[in-house]
Amino acid sequence: MTPGAFERQILILFAHPALEKSRVNRVLIEGLADIEGVTFRDLYERYPDFDIDVPAEQARLLEHDLIIFHHPMFWYSTPAILKEWQDLVLEHGWAYGHEGKALRGKEFLSVITTGGRESAYRQGGHNRYTVAELLRPIEQTATLCGMDCLPPFVVHGTHGMTSEELRSHADDYRRTLIALRDGAVDLEAARAAGRLNADLFAVIKSRAR
Amino acid sequence: MAEQGLFYQAFVYLAAAVIAVPIAKRLGLGSVLGYLIAGMIIGPFGLGLIGEEGEDVLHFAEFGVVMMLFLIGLELQPRLLWRLRGPILGTGGLQVVVTAVLIALIGNFVGLAWQSALAIGMSLALSSTAIVLQTLNEKNLLDTDAGQSAFSVLLFQDIAVIPMLALFPLLAIAPGGGALAGGHGAEAGGHAEATKWIDGLAGWEQTLIVLAAVLGIVIGGRYLLRPIFRVIAATRLRELFVAAALLLILGVALLMTEVGLSPALGAFVAGVVLANNEYRHELESDIDPFKGLLLAVFFIAVGASVDFQLIRSAPGFIALCVGGLVILKLIVLLGLGRVCRMGLDQNLIFSLALAQGGEFAFVLLSFAAQAGVVTTDVTAPLIAVVAISMALTPVLMLLNERILQPRVGTRERVEREPDDMEDMHEDRPVIIAGFGRFGSTVGRLLRANGIRPTVLEYDSDRVDALRRLGLEVFYGDASRYDLLRAAGADRARLMVIALEEQEHALSVLRSVQKHFPHLTVLVRAIGRPEAYELRDKGVDHVYRETLDTSLRMGVDALRLLGIRAYKAHRSAKTFLRHDEESVRDLGQLRHDRKAYTSAARERIQALEELLLSELEHEQEERDAGWDTESLREEFRT
Repeated sequence: MTPGAFERQILILFAHPALEKSRVNRVLIEGLADIEGVTFRDLYERYPDFDIDVPAEQARLLEHDLIIFHHPMFWYSTPAILKEWQDLVLEHGWAYGHEGKALRGKEFLSVITTGGRESAYRQGGHNRYTVAELLRPIEQTATLCGMDCLPPFVVHGTHGMTSEELRSHADDYRRTLIALRDGAVDLEAARAAGRLNADLFAVIKSRAR
Repeated sequence: MAEQGLFYQAFVYLAAAVIAVPIAKRLGLGSVLGYLIAGMIIGPFGLGLIGEEGEDVLHFAEFGVVMMLFLIGLELQPRLLWRLRGPILGTGGLQVVVTAVLIALIGNFVGLAWQSALAIGMSLALSSTAIVLQTLNEKNLLDTDAGQSAFSVLLFQDIAVIPMLALFPLLAIAPGGGALAGGHGAEAGGHAEATKWIDGLAGWEQTLIVLAAVLGIVIGGRYLLRPIFRVIAATRLRELFVAAALLLILGVALLMTEVGLSPALGAFVAGVVLANNEYRHELESDIDPFKGLLLAVFFIAVGASVDFQLIRSAPGFIALCVGGLVILKLIVLLGLGRVCRMGLDQNLIFSLALAQGGEFAFVLLSFAAQAGVVTTDVTAPLIAVVAISMALTPVLMLLNERILQPRVGTRERVEREPDDMEDMHEDRPVIIAGFGRFGSTVGRLLRANGIRPTVLEYDSDRVDALRRLGLEVFYGDASRYDLLRAAGADRARLMVIALEEQEHALSVLRSVQKHFPHLTVLVRAIGRPEAYELRDKGVDHVYRETLDTSLRMGVDALRLLGIRAYKAHRSAKTFLRHDEESVRDLGQLRHDRKAYTSAARERIQALEELLLSELEHEQEERDAGWDTESLREEFRT
């Protein structure tokens, strides 16, 4: 991996405490590790006892341009290990504070799966807020560290999802990653849409342009 | 010619095998064909190195078939046998009946009396267990659809021999011949004297005795053999175990012969009864070489018994008979395969494998002649026909493999995704050597997760105790190649060595690394020096047996002193990590130092290095994220 070979080097920090029981995320992460320019890290697999190697994690962050938190929505937040990761890795004086400039200028993206449909995630719905609104604490964490937040990539309605739909979401995810890596994403259009995968056709620029 | 006695004969047989088989293997012909050709060359019609005694050798070597069936029985759990009952009775029964009737009709058509024709039909309906199983096994086809079906058919044939032997005297045309006194013959070992005490008894008494014998094998195998084997195993004399195993098979064969049943069948029953026994792997690996050798002699004897003079006198007629027999059996088998919905590729393997006469035909035909059912001028060419058809089988299988299969193309499809876990149970991906305090915990954790390990344990008392608790434990020394193989080391993925003695563990490790390098090895080590040594030997997964426990004790000590639980816990984690790293680093240092210090000096020096390395890495920067010191400092400014 030569830094600079791509528009963005991407780091995916993936968290699912019981992947063997997951239907959706297992398919979503299939083959991600093989995409050039993408580093895939399965946190629960690396740190089953939450003994996070902070220096190694920090070094890895420095090597990448786009940091992704990929996880299912657990109580409107991340699974526990990602919280532990934030608490330990994003140190004062390194990630934030007067001296903490290590992550300045990098970009941040949340990739979220939710059991409920999109209609449940809005005012008047079951969950009252959109996923983007619920992700505010994470967004602010990234912002405080000087990172630029992309609108989230959300897969809604996993409870009632057919395997064809699932497959198409996995393809979208993969396409999005490659487009981000190659700098082929229209970020303005994505921000306007509220979430990255609302209309991929409009968001991903064709190579010709 | 061949009067020079046992040594000379043994020399000729072994030399023929050692020369012919590697050549046959190199040419891709398989070992069975190699043995057969070797037999033809040294036989009375070839170089004439062995003569008329070939017949006796044949009978002696049939004991190899008995052993083979015992071993097959060992592999077959009763559960599996029950699952195969359909194919055994259905496919096997149909094959024997249809083939026998068709051959009998042809025989009757060409002018034989219907009794003779029927006897010939029955004799020729049987296939050769020895050749088929050996060939399928060598080609790794036994576990396929075709292999299983072929096995079922062969099993039914083995059983069918018994009623056939009973039936032949009733078919006699020429009266007398002293044949009826023969009652039940038996193919192996006890073929000679037919006047047994059992013949003097009434029919119902005979039946009763036969049932009692079989029942005796089942009950004895279940309840009597285990304590006996335990006593023998406790002596730790391997040759005694081998002797006991051979004794067991010989005993069963003799008993079966005595009551007029097939010894092969008796051995098979004994094998099935012992399939659940913890000494199974040991038995398997002890008997296997004898079986192999005797089968080899058997194949050579078959080759030697092909009567070339007879063939030369009527080559056209013999060729016609061989072709007719093979093609007729082939058609029946292909039809059966269709009925059983086998794929074309599997059906071809199944049918070509079984399209020959078998060793039982020799027995049945000579018995038929003896009983006056058929005349010897009919049986002599038929025996030659059967022998040639047996020799043809490996050739046919080879043709199938090289020419037919590539064209048929549809290799057995893999479509067993749903029973993934089931597969894992069947396959036993883990072998655990040593099931003491350490290994038992590993084994129990695996079992709790639905993985059933194969356990090898050398302490026979412990084996017994664990068996009583319902665990799958086998007796044996895990450093032996043959035992590891029998335990499925070539199919397993992990090898857990949890033995108490380091020397023993190292010898198992050597054996595994030499013969099964694909296995990932996890080894229990006593302490640091042992861990160093194991790392030197290239083991990545080394577990010092007291490390984790002493750390847990340390954590509790810290907590009792008032340190908060999570802090103590994380501190232990950090400690463990550093300690493992230092095993790696200091292991290297040790090499440099070893050259100029004594062992005692080395121990002290190692401890010093250890303590020093700890001071350097204290509870360091890892948990700094929870430390607000720097934040507060920044806030103040």
